[in-house]
Amino acid sequence: MSFLDYFSHNKSQAASIAKERLQIIVAHERSKRDQPEYLEALQKDIMAVVRKYVDIDTDSIEVQLERNGDYAVLELNVMLPD
Amino acid sequence: MAKVIVMTSGKGGVGKTTSSAAISSGLALGGHKTAVIDFDIGLRNLDLVMNCERRVVYDFVNVINGEATLRQALIKDKRCENLYILPASQTRDKDALTKDGVERVLKELAADGFEYIICDSPAGIEHGAFMALYFADEAIVVANPEVSSVRDSDRILGILQSKSRKAEQGERVKEHLLLTRYNPERVEKGEMLAVGDVEEILATKLLGVIPECASVLKASNQGVPVIHDEESRAGQAYSDAVKRMLGEEVDHRFLTPDHKGLFQRLFRRSA
Ligand SMILES: Nc1ncnc2c1ncn2[C@@H]1O[C@H](COP(=O)(O)OP(=O)(O)OP(=O)(O)O)[C@@H](O)[C@H]1O
Ligand SMILES: [Mg+2]
Repeated sequence: MSFLDYFSHNKSQAASIAKERLQIIVAHERSKRDQPEYLEALQKDIMAVVRKYVDIDTDSIEVQLERNGDYAVLELNVMLPD
Repeated sequence: MAKVIVMTSGKGGVGKTTSSAAISSGLALGGHKTAVIDFDIGLRNLDLVMNCERRVVYDFVNVINGEATLRQALIKDKRCENLYILPASQTRDKDALTKDGVERVLKELAADGFEYIICDSPAGIEHGAFMALYFADEAIVVANPEVSSVRDSDRILGILQSKSRKAEQGERVKEHLLLTRYNPERVEKGEMLAVGDVEEILATKLLGVIPECASVLKASNQGVPVIHDEESRAGQAYSDAVKRMLGEEVDHRFLTPDHKGLFQRLFRRSA
């Protein structure tokens, strides 16, 4: 077995999996961090209102604020059950 | 002008206290008047790592509460001429640190001619960690090449960028990444995140990479900051980091396995 084979045969995937997972979670947490603090409260209130009419769970509502230069768009996604 | 530098991490046990002891000693050895403050209220560990635990009479909280003067509480290091330690209190009252109190102590140190003030933060993102970073001019984010530590480092970076005094004033804390407990053999095998991966994820300038090294345990057992162990890889890596802090350009070392280890492994394999 050659010198280089030693490494390629033994190379673990652990670090690259760790890196990929980290990139995803860090990006997710950063985007939440940049959102105004009221957004979470707003999300809860909207959920309470929707729940008066339809039975949905917590992760069926997504509230996002996207900034585009001098205006911002509030995006509200509600996933309704069939 | 005094520079206030926080040693912070979010995650516990990654090497903040080890690094605070080593780097403050290194700055003092370089001729700079340096103070190192233990913000880990209730636990107090820096005194042990710096071998002054039996000389603690007054502590940080005593000074804040006006029960002692700063001069009475500061402990002069026995090894470095220019180094002083302000120990943490062992009170259980975690809120003993107030913004006003901390600011007063930092201002008094600056007025006393201290050039560097190193704040050894407790783990977590609670009150103590916040107090340690709030007044910082610069931050050394200590991380291990491991997922939860890197994620916590990113959280701490977020707090520095939004909640520190500099952030409140529309400025930015200068951030540095210190990667500790690095194991080049495991990185080469693909088992551990490489320094480049961590740098890429955190997008923070690298101050240094400290290898996982038996000398660190030996140093803390003896109460001699590892930077004094000039033979050790960790000691040398900390010296390099201090030089970089002082503006020197120094190449990073100990990023690849040393040859002895490599040959030993190859030998073991063919045997
Ligand atoms: N480069 C290294 N090589 C080997 N061991 C290390 C290294 N750096 C730190 N350690 C060990 O890791 C442990 C934790 O280190 P340290 O107390 O400095 O961490 P900390 O971040 O201050 O912890 P805490 O969050 O509890 O304050 C200690 O036992 C220390 O000896
Ligand atoms: Mg500590």
